[in-house]
Amino acid sequence: MDHSLIEVRDLWKVYQLGDVEVQALRDVSLAIASGEIVAVMGASGSGKSTFMNIIGCLDRPTRGTYRLNGTDVSTLSSDDRATIRNHQIGFVFQNFNLIPRTSAIENVELPLFYSDVPIGRQRQRAREALVAVGLSGREHHLPNQLSGGQQQRVAIARALVNQPSLLLADEPTGNLDTQTSIEILDIFQRLNREHGITVVLVTHEPDIATYAQRVITFRDGQVVSDVRQPSAVATAAGAAASA
Amino acid sequence: MKLFRMTMRTALRALRRNKMRSALTMLGIIIGVAAVITMVSIGQGADAAVQKQILSLGTNLLMIVPGATTASGVRSGWGGVSTLTVGDAEAILKECQTVANVTYIKRQVVQVVYGDQNWSTVAQGSTPSFQKVRTWGAAAGSFYTERDEETANRVVLLGQTVADHLFGPGEDPVGALVRIKEVPFRVVGVLEAKGQTAWGQDQDDVIVMPFSTAVRRVLGTQFVGSVDMVFASTVSTDELAEATNQITTLLHERHHMQPNQENDFTVRNLNDVAKASESASQVMTSLLLSVASISLLVGGIGIMNILLVSVTERTREIGIRMAVGAKGRHILLQFLVEAVMLSMVGGVAGALLGVAGAQLISYFAAWPTLLSPVAVFGSVLFSGAVGVFFGFYPARKAARLDPIAALRYE
Repeated sequence: MDHSLIEVRDLWKVYQLGDVEVQALRDVSLAIASGEIVAVMGASGSGKSTFMNIIGCLDRPTRGTYRLNGTDVSTLSSDDRATIRNHQIGFVFQNFNLIPRTSAIENVELPLFYSDVPIGRQRQRAREALVAVGLSGREHHLPNQLSGGQQQRVAIARALVNQPSLLLADEPTGNLDTQTSIEILDIFQRLNREHGITVVLVTHEPDIATYAQRVITFRDGQVVSDVRQPSAVATAAGAAASA
Repeated sequence: MKLFRMTMRTALRALRRNKMRSALTMLGIIIGVAAVITMVSIGQGADAAVQKQILSLGTNLLMIVPGATTASGVRSGWGGVSTLTVGDAEAILKECQTVANVTYIKRQVVQVVYGDQNWSTVAQGSTPSFQKVRTWGAAAGSFYTERDEETANRVVLLGQTVADHLFGPGEDPVGALVRIKEVPFRVVGVLEAKGQTAWGQDQDDVIVMPFSTAVRRVLGTQFVGSVDMVFASTVSTDELAEATNQITTLLHERHHMQPNQENDFTVRNLNDVAKASESASQVMTSLLLSVASISLLVGGIGIMNILLVSVTERTREIGIRMAVGAKGRHILLQFLVEAVMLSMVGGVAGALLGVAGAQLISYFAAWPTLLSPVAVFGSVLFSGAVGVFFGFYPARKAARLDPIAALRYE
């Protein structure tokens, strides 16, 4: 795990809001190794969301470079970034972001639409992903027939279905109760352990951050602390105890 | 074409999700296409009916009628004084290369008697080439022959109307004896039914006999050899203009007219009449069509409107799709397919409705309608094009959304 999956250098993001220039990211440089679980913390407006959007290839930096898996993706066109998102990145959101009135399995299949997985294998891949998050038997439930935790599992299955190397979770437990949050975090840990998926977790809850091996804190567009937690408390029991 | 199949499926699902809204959106297109097809059917039906009536007079036909004479400063119109002769007709056939066949006629109103029935009709004497020139043969029995013409045989063909009035159902007119002006005639045949002319005259209310028989035995004549009308036919319609010139020049010469003197005959070209009525009905059809097209346009605007609503409603979905790897063109295609699906389904439904409407109109209003495959397929395709045209703007709007903003959209 010595090679860096994510490597950003001198990253700047500047927005123009009317006459005011907002510096969302100011000269951020860091690297995340393959197989790490990293928590990104910070108050709202600290720049952590902007950072996530850039490493998720949803946005481009104003200045600086971003290498994902050794490739510079900071200057790619929006089509090329769509391909990167499809192949290499899985997203999990706070509000689940499932397509309404569409069954669980069809939601999970969505990334395969835009991939080159043959049509005959898509259903099978989606089913496997649902099994991996413990939702076998609920393939044809609609999002509004599922609990919050189950919806988030569907979202994780969707993030996994194309076998990405990076999982980006933006406040994944923000809408869930403690018990369900622990279950979701367990899934992240298991995926990390069993498949070596790198997980970057945005949160403002210190409890959640204890799951990570490393905590990066943003303030005013800059990294103010980058702490490794060697013991990596990182077990469900530990988090439950501290919760 | 996996992506296409997926896109179709997604579009279908999106449209099914709002059944009522999709149906109302399609309604504009349905009405537009149905109107176009019905209008074109009516227009073409009317056109075909008029053409059929005009062509029933004979194709490639020129009518030469006497008249337009000036005698002592009094001008009479056509048909006034018989200035045409059998000699003129024979000269036309001989001298004018473009003329293929010629016949000449003499007519008079007579009373036809059969048993205790009688009927007043037009008796027409003409040479046997009449059947070729007017393309009007016998439906039953046969036409009289050159020999009947030479020997002035008392044989006659009855028009359908005359046969119907003199003979009861089940009675065969062929072979029967009828009396015309007290002269007994043998019926050798019944003419094909021609129906009405464009100006409402019953063409079947006529009897036809050899010219010589008519002149010598029934009608008599003021001047020996004079005829009421000459018909000339050409091989094709292309030669009608040339034939008209040749005949005019020939008769001008034969009638010893001065170069600047008004002709004492008129050459009428039935093809011109047909063309005039054709262009009139084309004007009507295109007028109806343009009104119907406006409905299609309004339908297209309806599609654009509903798609714009749909794009706004599904902003978050678009964001999700982009986040998991949809490119701009995937989103564009998605909404375009939805637009085209709406308009094409509407188009097909409208086509069915239009076909049914045309049938109903011809059934209840007894208007002739003619279904045109071009109009049916054309309007369905056009409705598809309307979908592409009006779907493009909303689709492009969707494709250009910023994924981050779309994901946060509430």
